[in-house]
Amino acid sequence: MPIHDQGYRHYAGERALRRRAWWVIARAGIMERLRERRFLGLLLFSWSLFLMRAVQLYLGTTIAQASFLAPTEETFHQFLNQQRIFVFFITIYAGAGLIANDRQSNALQIYLSKPITRHEYIAGKLLTLAAFLVAVTWLPAMLLLLLQVLFSGGVEFVSGHPRLIPAITLASFLQVSLAVMTMVALSSLSRSRRFVSMLYAGIVFFGAALDGVLRISTGNPAWALVSPQNTLAVVTDAVFGNASPSAVPVSVALVALGVLLGISIFILERRVRAVEVVG
Amino acid sequence: MNTDRSDRSDRSDRSDRWDRSPVVLENVSVNYGKHHALRDVTVEIPAGAVGLLGPNGAGKSTLIKALLGLLPPASGRMHVLGYDVNKAPRAVRARVGYMPENDAHIPGMNAVSFVAYCGELAGLPRADAMQRAHEVLFHVGLGEARYRNVETYSAGMKQRIKLAQALVHDPDLLFLDEPTNGMDPKGRDEMLALVRDIATTKAITLILSSHLLPDVEFACDHVVVLHKGAVATQGPIKTLKGTSGRVFELRVKGDEARFAEALRAEGLESHGEIGEVMRVFMPEHQPPQLLFQLAARHGAQVRHLRPSVPSLEDVFARALGEEM
Repeated sequence: MPIHDQGYRHYAGERALRRRAWWVIARAGIMERLRERRFLGLLLFSWSLFLMRAVQLYLGTTIAQASFLAPTEETFHQFLNQQRIFVFFITIYAGAGLIANDRQSNALQIYLSKPITRHEYIAGKLLTLAAFLVAVTWLPAMLLLLLQVLFSGGVEFVSGHPRLIPAITLASFLQVSLAVMTMVALSSLSRSRRFVSMLYAGIVFFGAALDGVLRISTGNPAWALVSPQNTLAVVTDAVFGNASPSAVPVSVALVALGVLLGISIFILERRVRAVEVVG
Repeated sequence: MNTDRSDRSDRSDRSDRWDRSPVVLENVSVNYGKHHALRDVTVEIPAGAVGLLGPNGAGKSTLIKALLGLLPPASGRMHVLGYDVNKAPRAVRARVGYMPENDAHIPGMNAVSFVAYCGELAGLPRADAMQRAHEVLFHVGLGEARYRNVETYSAGMKQRIKLAQALVHDPDLLFLDEPTNGMDPKGRDEMLALVRDIATTKAITLILSSHLLPDVEFACDHVVVLHKGAVATQGPIKTLKGTSGRVFELRVKGDEARFAEALRAEGLESHGEIGEVMRVFMPEHQPPQLLFQLAARHGAQVRHLRPSVPSLEDVFARALGEEM
């Protein structure tokens, strides 16, 4: 009996044309990563600082002799800054292949031949990476705040620092947005996940190194603008109400980040297509 | 939400036309920069199995991608299953299955996850997509290998899984771009049988793009021949073969080039290389003796003459010949 005689039945069930493909894509991407033990290990390890900070909060709020460990707004600012290293590694691990792998296996024409738009596809990919980055920035920072409330037995700290929750949220949002948009745009440029990883690491490290060299040689701290990470730091410092060691005005830093995000959107618009037109 | 195959309010008044001609193109041109990939194409593709023929670069894949709404036309209108492709590309793609020409899969997935994922992307609920994925994988002959990672599949299996992902949401129209590429003869026969079966017993209209004439002749009833981005000829294969008049296979000795020139001067079409068997098309009213007379007059001897059956190859050759 030919194998195709095993039958084909028409489908009479539900068909949804509502715009939810971005969620299907994001969910599949997240589940695929979570199936990898190495990635799970990295994700768990990225919570190690949270544990240390939780211990600090416990000691600072419950033991009088350790009151010097009591949290301030700066505690949460520092925590988010320290998480940048994990943001970097998770961005590379979970982000480099997001579009590069699809380009390598010609999956874009499969995706875009379905009833989804390019924007839904891109949104699904952005959300995949953003979910992991939120899980190592905003989520642990907010949990630390919750632990502070639980350990101290009151909401005095939170009510005494009304801008803390918006600051954590805004700083995390900026950190995650910059990493996600840059990485997904870079991922659309190549078919090689490894090349994209190197490109991203190059931008991060080369930018920081160039900033350092130019600052030392010229004595001008405004060179922070050549490093996306240091430009972001200018903004997050301002969000937490700290004076930045850089001479760059916050508005200029925001414009620089806006330009970077604009370039990322432009790249994604150009590169995510089912049909590549050469020449 | 769309739950019924016939629930298409915007096409209700013209549904007869769309049922007869699921794909309609009116003066469609598609350009890649300065290159004209499709030139003023006007064609109504009927329901059933339709072959899209043409040499490399004729515009077959471009036509399919334009019909999927992936390539915007520079001019003209396209309707697929009653939907204007420019205005409702999502609605078109929800009802259409596409099997791309080159190797394409979503990395890191086994076959059943991949096909179910494609079903979900096409709008099926998760549980239904998974159930359909199992069914379709059995249908295309990958039931036993459905838990294997797609990246470990052979070329033939990859062709089958591309067909499975195109079928999972039960499309009304299927675009197959070179479906037998890279398959061994047995796999090719099975794939063509599958394709033929889909069109004939499952009532799914399919457009099979291929440069392999035997594949199209086996699987399709109707053909559209593209050449240099324009429609060279179209119609039912039987009709196109029937209107070719008579075909003779001919081998001559002597000045073959002069003889071929004489045939052309007499208004007879011939195809074939010098030194090979020529295929000569003769209108019904002209007797085959004319070939002997022409050969004698132009220094050639007819060594072999045999009436032949018009094939799709003849249709193709004539169509391209007329255009060139």
